[in-house]
Amino acid sequence: MPKIVAVTGNEAVAEAFRQVNPDVCAAYPITPSTDLMQRFASFVNNGKVKTEIILVESEHSAMSACIGASAAGGRVITATSSQGLALMWEELFIASGTRLPIVLGLVNRALSAPLNIHGDHSDGMGARDCGWIQLWSENAQEAYDNTIQAFRIAEHMDIRLPAMTCMDGFIISHSIERMEYLDDEVVKNFAGEFRTVNPLLDIEHPVSYGPLILPDYYMEFRRAHAEVMSKVPEVVLSVAKDFEKISGRKYSLFETYRLEDAEIAFVILNSAAGTSKDVIDEFRNKGVKAGLLKPRLYRPFPYEEVGEALKHLKAVCVLDRADAFGASYGPLYIDIAASLYPYKEKPTLINKIYGLGGRDYLPEHAELVLNELAEVAKTGRVKTFKEYIGVRE
Amino acid sequence: MKLKGWKDVKPGAVVTEAGSALKFKTGSWRAFKPKWIEENCIQCMFCWIYCPDMAVKAKDGKRAEFDYDYCKGCGICALECPGKKGNKAIVMEEEGK
Repeated sequence: MPKIVAVTGNEAVAEAFRQVNPDVCAAYPITPSTDLMQRFASFVNNGKVKTEIILVESEHSAMSACIGASAAGGRVITATSSQGLALMWEELFIASGTRLPIVLGLVNRALSAPLNIHGDHSDGMGARDCGWIQLWSENAQEAYDNTIQAFRIAEHMDIRLPAMTCMDGFIISHSIERMEYLDDEVVKNFAGEFRTVNPLLDIEHPVSYGPLILPDYYMEFRRAHAEVMSKVPEVVLSVAKDFEKISGRKYSLFETYRLEDAEIAFVILNSAAGTSKDVIDEFRNKGVKAGLLKPRLYRPFPYEEVGEALKHLKAVCVLDRADAFGASYGPLYIDIAASLYPYKEKPTLINKIYGLGGRDYLPEHAELVLNELAEVAKTGRVKTFKEYIGVRE
Repeated sequence: MKLKGWKDVKPGAVVTEAGSALKFKTGSWRAFKPKWIEENCIQCMFCWIYCPDMAVKAKDGKRAEFDYDYCKGCGICALECPGKKGNKAIVMEEEGK
């Protein structure tokens, strides 16, 4: 029987890791993911899992150790935030290019400078094109569920790519919520036995990892990687279907909320989607046809499906919790714009940058944006395409 | 050799054939070529030990010719060579001269 608990996001992901019982974990502490790994380390020390923890001196080394352990043939996990993910950056490409199904719990935090420890999406967005699968989570339940599903997706024999699951630092990682834990046996069976591909420790079949690939072959390997990426959405959906059978919870490539008959909508990631849904309900009560789309599988991004889901709207605001300096628009906006570009009839698209460095996203902010969207939908006129909200002038 | 298309490359570029580095002839990288002068060779085998590749060959415990398919011309052999009475048994010559 599933157990109803009151836990933080970090506790929930640590619990998912315990239930999957990986072979190896290499991590280096960084706020706000420190608490996740501290909890997991307690499980290891108390004999609750058989995982071997490798102590390392940096996140660069943590990801390097994960790559080695994964190539050796182990099921491998890690967790990090912000500067930690940034320090892993070059290794992230090596993990994905070598097709190693490592699972990384990313607790989203702003990047320095100025130094800040609170939640925004700059870290995950910085790593969005490094060949990893990214699943984003609104709350502790989704972070737990995504983590469990990430193993099945990453380790799928048609995929074999690393995956990171994202949740908002502090807002989710350190807030206690009501959620459900699945039974240990159920999670264990769902994750299944880890299957190895070309493990280094199989000395009967010696292999070499990391060869030099010159201009005569490099592009073929990148093209092959892109092809594997294109198969991910199908696997995500089939894993979600299996997950629904054990949990009763439905997952897709993205979540839509009151979107079908909507005229105006938000596109927003992670925890702020929850606040937005409440405000959308209030507007619906007033007769405003508002809705929301919350991406879950952010990499690879399901452009066609997202475009289909949004094309009927009159006005859409993409809310980005990360800026893209010099790119004019936030990263999520650029992806949504690309999704809608092929359509002749498409919604007017505006972009708001919010919540940087953990700045609160409040219902008033959602109200202001919905009012603006209603005005844009009515008049077709846009004052500013990109704006910062919740910032002092 | 016909090059493979992207559908046929090994996932993750993992090399599953042991010893296949032999097929990658790196001698073409060389700008300087070591030349062995046998009459100055005292058979110390330093060049054979120091070669970072396997480009110095030995036969029956004695110094044999260079394997130019793999010699990248680093010059370590020439540097380490003690020679005979001040005359080096290995000297570096510019390629193509």
